[in-house]
Amino acid sequence: MCLALPVKVVEIDTGTAGDWAVVDLGGVKKEVSLALLDDVQVGDYVILHVGYALSKLDPEEAAKTLALFSAMNESQLPA
Amino acid sequence: MKYIDEFRDGEVAKTIAGKIAASVEAARRYSFMEFCGGHTHAISRYGLSDLLPPNVRMVHGPGCPVCVLPIGRIDMAIALALERGVILCTYGDTLRVPASDGLSLMKAKAGGGDIRMVYSTLDALQVARDNPQREVVFFAIGFETTTPPTALAIQQAQQEQLSNFSVLCCHVLTPAAISQILESPEVRQWGTVPIDGFIGPAHVSTVIGSRPYEFFAEEYRKPVVIAGFEPLDVMQAILMLVRQVNEGRAEVENEFSRAVTREGNLKAQDRVAEVFELRAEFEWRGLSVVPYSALKIREKYGAFDAERRFHLTYQPVPDNKACECGAILRGVKRPQDCKIFGTVCTPENPIGSCMVSSEGACAAHYSYGRYKDMN
Amino acid sequence: MADVKRGYVRPLDLKHGRVDLTHGSGGRAMVQLISELFARHLGNDYLGQGNDGAVLPAPMLDGKPARLVMSTDSHVVSPLFFPGGDIGCLSVHGTVNDVAVMGATPLYLAAAFILEEGFALSDLARLVDSMAQAARAAGVPVVTGDTKVVERGKGDGVFITTTAVGVLPEGLELGGSRARPGDAVLVSGSIGDHGVAIMSQRENLSFDAPIVSDTAALNGLVAAMLATGADIRCLRDPTRGGLAAALNEIAGQSGVGMMLQENAIPVKPVVAAACELLGLDPLNVANEGKLIAICASANASALLAAMRAHPLGVDAALIGEVMADTHHFVQLSTAFGGRRIVDWLAGDQLPRIC
Repeated sequence: MCLALPVKVVEIDTGTAGDWAVVDLGGVKKEVSLALLDDVQVGDYVILHVGYALSKLDPEEAAKTLALFSAMNESQLPA
Repeated sequence: MKYIDEFRDGEVAKTIAGKIAASVEAARRYSFMEFCGGHTHAISRYGLSDLLPPNVRMVHGPGCPVCVLPIGRIDMAIALALERGVILCTYGDTLRVPASDGLSLMKAKAGGGDIRMVYSTLDALQVARDNPQREVVFFAIGFETTTPPTALAIQQAQQEQLSNFSVLCCHVLTPAAISQILESPEVRQWGTVPIDGFIGPAHVSTVIGSRPYEFFAEEYRKPVVIAGFEPLDVMQAILMLVRQVNEGRAEVENEFSRAVTREGNLKAQDRVAEVFELRAEFEWRGLSVVPYSALKIREKYGAFDAERRFHLTYQPVPDNKACECGAILRGVKRPQDCKIFGTVCTPENPIGSCMVSSEGACAAHYSYGRYKDMN
Repeated sequence: MADVKRGYVRPLDLKHGRVDLTHGSGGRAMVQLISELFARHLGNDYLGQGNDGAVLPAPMLDGKPARLVMSTDSHVVSPLFFPGGDIGCLSVHGTVNDVAVMGATPLYLAAAFILEEGFALSDLARLVDSMAQAARAAGVPVVTGDTKVVERGKGDGVFITTTAVGVLPEGLELGGSRARPGDAVLVSGSIGDHGVAIMSQRENLSFDAPIVSDTAALNGLVAAMLATGADIRCLRDPTRGGLAAALNEIAGQSGVGMMLQENAIPVKPVVAAACELLGLDPLNVANEGKLIAICASANASALLAAMRAHPLGVDAALIGEVMADTHHFVQLSTAFGGRRIVDWLAGDQLPRIC
């Protein structure tokens, strides 16, 4: 229901105006707010929604999920 | 686009489709509700139902915040623009929703209302800074994903003493809506809407975590699989639900583990709790009045509450008699069951909100799937 | 004391001057604006006739009288200057293209300007120069024009209406009603570039994307395509409403359906990414330098080769075929092997949060 996308953090600016990042999606750059997250580094992927980064993407979990799609014998994913 | 393209791979989709086909029990019927409008959109846009076996049926749920916004709330926004001369800032999704007197926000704009589309609350704050002599109201809609940005905007406004900024708060809550569905007579008593499990919302869950759904799994014995937004995520979640049903399990599983944890985003949850509190009740289009299902602004931030500032009262307005949005939002009817679907009610001339939002079941079916009804 | 030249008129201050109401009132100020700004850039013998209407030779093709094709378009784009172009060259390309996709050779343009009081003359000069360059490159002179000025606040800087006429040879009948089941559907290049380039400039959609409008005159490409002798049923330029609108229009006019292949439709990755961010579908986004061609399937590869040999068609692709369908649906076969409709939108696409 919420149009949110995984984007890559390419620049971070922590100033008096709060925490901002420039993110990149396929070559399109946008400035977004990091006010809802702590501890974001350049190179991290975050989920972007209405101008704010909402959560960090875990690359290991992403790889596991992709592997699961193609695997033949898998067990359940924990909640 | 990393983390997007890989999750749209058509070949892998066939693999998962094969596993689903192998997992379903031939004599059994499976009915899953995808709560979230984004999932409805993904299913239609990628033609996922074509890949599912015939005994697996997807039921569209009310997880589209535009679709569940009752006419009376849009009327409040329109009145602020037309009668009180405010600058009304809104997300694009609400602009065409039909309200009373043949109006919508788009038509009110044509009629002279200063209504501006924004992409973010950050834009609305800027409008307030740029227009100190005008009142600026932000029309805040959305489920838990969209609520933290509104909370931050209100706190920012307070910090800057932006006294001309206020928020018309129409934020609603996912678990309350799921309860309402599960408690509805069609589901609980009559069994006319069989629901064997839920696909849980993706981005709402990044904020609230997977924990809130554990209640549904335990109390109602329905499995919940939280799924990402990409088509492969949805397919995998359906597979996981089929397996749970076959094995008689009712658990919360997290397919979207790359972005969702059990606890969610605590910082975001804290901000929301600082600024908002529960409304005792709130009217939802289609679900009527639901207790503890929506948020209002706390007294502490009352200066930024448009309802207080402009002394607004909510007037419920009944939907058009022929409109079946309510039944469709509860999964009781399908878009094609509505008598005015595709004729009187089309995306050009929507009667109900399900036809306006690109994630509404009716709009999705009309735009992507109506060829299936034709033959 | 220096001798003042007889008949000396102080030239327009093109650097700092602004349009004011006298420039539209038909008097000497307007004449000066026309001669020092418009004619200076657009000038040609026809415009130089200086009368209310331009007298043009009788339309002929290869020594024989030919049919006339005429088209008109108003241009209200905002912002006026965008990556890859401006309202000036856009107004030339758009109308030239409308005539070209009829199979006609565009010959002349008319241009009418509505200027807002206060509009900077330096910007106006830039736009008119851009128009002149576009007209020269397309080989289509502006032979007559008009200027009006409206009060500040009643215009968006400048609105331009252009009308083009061209000549159509005997026997060539291109039209939206001529598509038949089995025909091939081709597109001349990547879609969505122009619309996204425009949106990247709008203040409340702030992203910094290296996307440039594709605005271009297509008459050269069309001539190359016609020269192949292929049996082309219809050409159309998918402007507002994008590919989806244009194809649905043709399907409706011809009483047919279409089946497109999602993987075959060229979209630049950065345009796809921008559309993702905004929740838009590239199929619905405007193009200003692309065309759709529907042709007999036997001629598809020859036509495609001719398009790819032309600078404006290097990314041309075969994207689908026409089929019989009483409902006139334009359908898309997705990468998933699923099917969906490509509908045309009720109104403009709006960026969404949901």
